[in-house]
Amino acid sequence: MTTTSPKTIRLHIQRFDPKTDTAPHYDTFEVTTRPRMTVLDALFQVLETKDRLLAFRYSCRSAVCGSDAMFINGKQRLACNTQISELGDEVTIAPLPRIPVVKDLAVDIRPFFEKMERIKPFLVPREPYPEKEFLQSPKDRLKIDVAIDCIDCGACLSACPSAWTDPDYIGPAASVKAARFVADTRDIAKKERLKLVGCEDGVWRCHTIFNCADACPKSIDPPHFIQYLKRKATVAALRR
Amino acid sequence: MISHDVLIVGGGLAGLRAAIESSRYADTAVISRVHPLRSHTGAAQGGINASLANIEANKDDNWEKHAYDTTKGSDFLADQDAVEIMTREAPARIIEMEHWGCPFSRTSDGKIAQRPFGGAGYPRTCYAADKTGHYLLVTAYEQALKQNVKFYNEWFATSAIIDKGAIKGITAFDILTGDLEVFAAKAVVLATGGAGWTYGKSTNSMINTGSGMAIAYRAGVALKDMEFVQFHPTALYPTCILITEGARGEGGYLVNSKGERFMQRYAAKAMELAPRDIVSRSIQKEIDEGRGVKDLYVHLDVRHLGKTKILSNLPGIRDIAMQFADIDPITEPIPVQPAQHYTMGGIDCNAKCETTIKGLYAAGECACISVHGANRLGGNSLLDTVVFGKIAGEEAGRFVKSAPQESGKNVLFENSLKTEKEHIQNLFEGNGDEDTALLREEMRGLMVEKAFMFRNKDDLVAANSKLQQLRTRYGKLRPIARYKVFNLDLIRAIELGEMLELAEVIVASALSREESRGSHVRLDFPKRDDVRFLKHTLAYKSSDGPRIESSPVKIVRWQPEERKY
Repeated sequence: MTTTSPKTIRLHIQRFDPKTDTAPHYDTFEVTTRPRMTVLDALFQVLETKDRLLAFRYSCRSAVCGSDAMFINGKQRLACNTQISELGDEVTIAPLPRIPVVKDLAVDIRPFFEKMERIKPFLVPREPYPEKEFLQSPKDRLKIDVAIDCIDCGACLSACPSAWTDPDYIGPAASVKAARFVADTRDIAKKERLKLVGCEDGVWRCHTIFNCADACPKSIDPPHFIQYLKRKATVAALRR
Repeated sequence: MISHDVLIVGGGLAGLRAAIESSRYADTAVISRVHPLRSHTGAAQGGINASLANIEANKDDNWEKHAYDTTKGSDFLADQDAVEIMTREAPARIIEMEHWGCPFSRTSDGKIAQRPFGGAGYPRTCYAADKTGHYLLVTAYEQALKQNVKFYNEWFATSAIIDKGAIKGITAFDILTGDLEVFAAKAVVLATGGAGWTYGKSTNSMINTGSGMAIAYRAGVALKDMEFVQFHPTALYPTCILITEGARGEGGYLVNSKGERFMQRYAAKAMELAPRDIVSRSIQKEIDEGRGVKDLYVHLDVRHLGKTKILSNLPGIRDIAMQFADIDPITEPIPVQPAQHYTMGGIDCNAKCETTIKGLYAAGECACISVHGANRLGGNSLLDTVVFGKIAGEEAGRFVKSAPQESGKNVLFENSLKTEKEHIQNLFEGNGDEDTALLREEMRGLMVEKAFMFRNKDDLVAANSKLQQLRTRYGKLRPIARYKVFNLDLIRAIELGEMLELAEVIVASALSREESRGSHVRLDFPKRDDVRFLKHTLAYKSSDGPRIESSPVKIVRWQPEERKY
């Protein structure tokens, strides 16, 4: 699906500066395409040739840093790995929905990270540490696969109806991170973690709507990990 | 004004590791232009070197062999005392990251897995699939949170505040509000990463604009060995997104348009796993001599590794190839070309990460200690960040605890703030019509055209005069958008000014080195010249542009020898 010859498409970009605007509005920009142009490339074309005040985040431009999750033609996606050629001639770009806007396409990502901090987001291994590495079989290592691929872009939280209605809900990404530690054979804080997530604002708030899985640009399936935590939390609660 | 004992500028792996260490001694804060997890460390793929001797094939490995490979890889320009520190410390630093939770891939008996990498005598590169940098970065960030390190995310540093040869803090503005502030500190660690974005073809993140290098250079610290720019052999065509050396470590082939494994001609023994400078030049030669695919790239073929191995050990590069080139490496070869990848040079500092300014330290890619010399081995950059990040943090922490350090005077801070405000005001009031984006792309194109892998005097002289013109034109910029919140126009104008200075240093350093060594190839001086140039290049800022001096290379165990692979 390579765009072969340059053509002109239209970008409809949501604009909003909470300090000066009363409500968001859309501006339309014409952009000249080139082969393999991504949405991020198109945003730079707008910034550099049409509107110097456009705000958006970027860093790696290769889908590993999580800076540029936004709402592109009605779906949470990364701007850098979304090819313009897939989107048609009219492209609508808005910030991640349901997350406060800093300006234009840049959202206030701090609450997302604060949720992460609630689940004790670091390994708690047995101490003292062994002289060499902790041994972990490839099979045990596989248990944390995929969950560790989260790039903290915030797409899942933005897509989660449960998070829309309960701002205190830890949300999909923090749950995945908790699951990553609970499943890690090196971690000994499972009980404490399961308590932290096995509560009303924790994994029980998830109603398995699966929007988060659709939204994730790294193909992580948060409900899978949330169900895992629900099972673990139930067993832990029964044993208590 | 914001005050901390130790201030770390940059939240990548070097900065985070420094912060973790420094916070054991002193009140520590990190300021970063992006959230730390958006740092370029996350783009590192293939792995991190340590002589763990975890598998049968490397059971005879040890730190001395790692040190020798690193020194030989550096074309004997690395300081061997610093290389010794890095390679000795490597196992401990990596095991520590494992203890902290880094999800390394595992051997069948549960140890950290290791794979072969270029220029190494043994499979020495510890890896976590092909996302090692991402996992290390996340792990270090988690530990920094655990240590209660204070973070100032999305703050953009603009200058160092110096008084009587000692650091007193930095100035920075909050990207989210536009407010300029003084960060007073008794010690500062610069860990801002490389300057890859000075080149039009680069694997780097777009934030790799060399900010800390420019800040140190303007404060009077020398930039060392800036002519040594690493070109990675396998950047995806055409976007230049990195395709890890691990793909060749796992057994991938480089193939030209005739279907030949052409490395046979250039490094018959090491083949695809020769060091990066050699492989990059070989690829470029194949393309230049008409054996490239469509005269543009060569193929990296991993198909023979099979689906299972590709999915387990190279899932990230498969995603990249599919998303950015519409190619599935399981069934098709990957189009690759050499591209700028790493800045071997950087802020001149010693093996304690100390610069010539009291209390100012540097670590990671922005620093030049030097452990990479004229050519860095793959897997040694992540290692550099954790080893010297720790050392920089420890040195900075101890420095502020060891003796009461005098805080900066208010008048000093007020003056610094005033200068920076004027600088930004000048950008807002630009009275010319030059555009930042056009100037930037001219610079990046120029560096590819005239200061890339194959250099000569005429090209470098031409590059230098063009850079002077670009700098003059930078003085006639159009007015920069006057806006407080998330002002990308302002950020990109400031970084352009910094990159133009760094490009000038790269070119001046390359002109001064009339020999070919490691990544720096002068077609007009094709041989290494140990008599004249077994020395580091130091570039100091002066009113007439970079003033070039030199410093000796520390040779401890190994005298320079011919470099064959």
